[in-house]
Amino acid sequence: MDQDVPSFALEVRGLTKSFEKPAVDGLDLSVRTGEFYTLLGPNGAGKTTTLRMITGLLKPDRGSIAVFGIDALADPVAAKQITAWLSEEPMIYDKLTPMEYLEFVAGLWSVDSRLAAARARELIGWLGLETHANDRCEALSRGMRQKVALAGALLHEPRLIILDEPFTGLDAGSARLVRSVLRERVHAGCSVIMTTHILDVAERMADRIGVMVAGRFLAEGNLDDLRRQAGAGDGDLEDTFLTLLETGAAKRAVVA
Amino acid sequence: MSRAGTILWFARHEGRLVWRDWLWLMSGRRRSVRRAALGVIAIALFLHGFAYLVLHRYGDLSRPPDQRMLAVVTAMLALYGSLMVSQAMERVTRAFYGRTDLDLILASPVAAWRLFAVRIGAIAVTIAAMSLALAAPFIDVLSWFGGVRWLAAYGVIAALAMVGLALAMILTVGLFRTIGPRRTRLCAQIVAAIIGASFAIGVQFAAILSYGTPSRVALLQSEALTKYVPDVGSILWWPARAMLGDLLALAAVLGVSAVMLTGTVYIFTPRFGQFALATGGVPQSVTRQRRRSCRFCKTSPTRALRRKEWTLLLRDPWLVSQTLMQLLYLLPPAFLLWRSFYNGSSSSALLVPILIIAAGQLAGSLAWLAISGEDAPDLIASAPVTTACAVRAKIEAVMGVIAVIFGPFVVALLFIAPISALIAGLGVAGAAASATSIQFWFRAQAKRSQLRRRHTSSLTATFAEALSSFSWAGAGALAPASTWLALIEGLFALAIVAGAWAISPARHRTRCSGGSQQHRAKRIEVFEAGYR
Repeated sequence: MDQDVPSFALEVRGLTKSFEKPAVDGLDLSVRTGEFYTLLGPNGAGKTTTLRMITGLLKPDRGSIAVFGIDALADPVAAKQITAWLSEEPMIYDKLTPMEYLEFVAGLWSVDSRLAAARARELIGWLGLETHANDRCEALSRGMRQKVALAGALLHEPRLIILDEPFTGLDAGSARLVRSVLRERVHAGCSVIMTTHILDVAERMADRIGVMVAGRFLAEGNLDDLRRQAGAGDGDLEDTFLTLLETGAAKRAVVA
Repeated sequence: MSRAGTILWFARHEGRLVWRDWLWLMSGRRRSVRRAALGVIAIALFLHGFAYLVLHRYGDLSRPPDQRMLAVVTAMLALYGSLMVSQAMERVTRAFYGRTDLDLILASPVAAWRLFAVRIGAIAVTIAAMSLALAAPFIDVLSWFGGVRWLAAYGVIAALAMVGLALAMILTVGLFRTIGPRRTRLCAQIVAAIIGASFAIGVQFAAILSYGTPSRVALLQSEALTKYVPDVGSILWWPARAMLGDLLALAAVLGVSAVMLTGTVYIFTPRFGQFALATGGVPQSVTRQRRRSCRFCKTSPTRALRRKEWTLLLRDPWLVSQTLMQLLYLLPPAFLLWRSFYNGSSSSALLVPILIIAAGQLAGSLAWLAISGEDAPDLIASAPVTTACAVRAKIEAVMGVIAVIFGPFVVALLFIAPISALIAGLGVAGAAASATSIQFWFRAQAKRSQLRRRHTSSLTATFAEALSSFSWAGAGALAPASTWLALIEGLFALAIVAGAWAISPARHRTRCSGGSQQHRAKRIEVFEAGYR
């Protein structure tokens, strides 16, 4: 690996955010360069809030965020330059075509126009959107819209890809395509951090998994680590995850 | 407790939703009855004060009605009625095309016509309530100066609401049958806007042609009109006579209106379910497909953002129609300008305030679209662009449109009256900048399709935007006569903008050091996060 590349793509320390009640509570999280990291947790665990703070969409109350060594709170523009954000709801414009959308995204990230055009054509082909490249996005299905948004996220060749429930509403073929694109990016040296409720995807794709409850980590590591922490034997991720939640809930009840 | 699926049950359900929505709006999104009541009292006091300022200089309001008085009252009713038909058409269209809960209800085993009957009734009540709320201060002041007979005007306004809704239903269903569900949504909204503007603009054109002034009152009180209108006893004057306290006329007007609305609902209600089902398969907007391939041009984030705003605006026929409808009101001043140029006379003093108000209103709408109506706020927020840069690009996009539309007017004015052109240019810039700033400070994420309802997202922003536009227009109107008075009016406009900033959510976002302010800032952040 290149010596100039920091070993951590993302380092989060003591991250805290409260709305009416604490959403993220002193979270420490590290994602290595070239690692696929998945955040799991029940609804309201603080996963999306964590990712939104990392992306710069929400301001933390306390804590620090470093993206490839760049302090994302002190220099958000530099951190955003190498980051991509893809949310559950595709962030696209109905009245633009996929190619026009990619042109707009290239403008926002100041990607050279020739390079952007070449990458856009490549991504459109890769994601199977050639026939719809010049149709307005309002005519596209949900899966296609999500693929357009993914193309936009990858256009500037980000080093850290942050995904919030990217597989929601995708059909089997589209989900497989998105998975293969993400895997390819990780092989190319990108780091990915993703939330999902589809445990099968997390089990197959993630190098490490963090299980969050009430804004904190309940457990973290690869599947074997999680099994050990849960004491769930050789069960799959679903069994391990549910056991972790049950034991975590029991512990919290005892503390309360 | 009413049985599920009955009209009464639907009415209770709708009533609860409307009440909560209204409470949320009136109490500044806090759902507090006390705050809502205080808000209503404050608005009522303001409107009564305004009505007093407008009406107190009119002399004898208690005199028996003559032709001129009846003509003015009838014209006011026609103006009010056209606005009601316009509002009702917009609401009827929304009742059929808004899919918020229709899919749930249409999928259930209850008769859908009952829900629509309730919704049509709710539209009638809403239109009447809104019209009465706006007219009440004027009616109260008129009855104070001119006697209790003016209180009959409440009945006439209610009758107008019934007729307006009946006409709106007939027009909407007519459009639905002739051009089909796909085109009706857009066409109905355009027709509604044209109806809303047609009477006001028509009378202005007639006044310009006859007297060289856009003043409607000058035309309505003229000798020429008195010659052509019917005698005082004519049936045409019954609504006006009812307004002036003739109880027999009032009973007749109310009776005819009630029969008209009941008949329309009775005829159309059984088909409402079919209409709603037909609209279910229609996309949200009618669009042309674009087959031209895209060329990636060298660009900067600011330029990309500006271009995106203009492209989105141009490509949405509904938004274009809504925006252009505001420009309909510029037709009379454009006509007056052309006439002045042709005749060599100068009517520039009348033009300047109209241009300024129109610029303020248009800038407010465009700024709302660019700032609050952003479809992908997360994309912009996650891009390596500073907030200042993104905001500047959006403001430039708004100001660019204003310059393109109002620039030709100012340039044309330059040939007739250079000083007026300078005043108009400054006024247009001031009003547009004020409206844009207010929209930015009171931004709240919403869908672009909610443009028509943008005024309901913040009453404070709506009032501040309108007041600042009127103040800039006042400054523009006073400038040729007195520089000092114009300056005072201009300072008043700036004070309104400063006041809006002082109470805006944006200010609380930027300074949140104290405990309570920190709490308020947090609440705003929670609110904004909820929109994302």
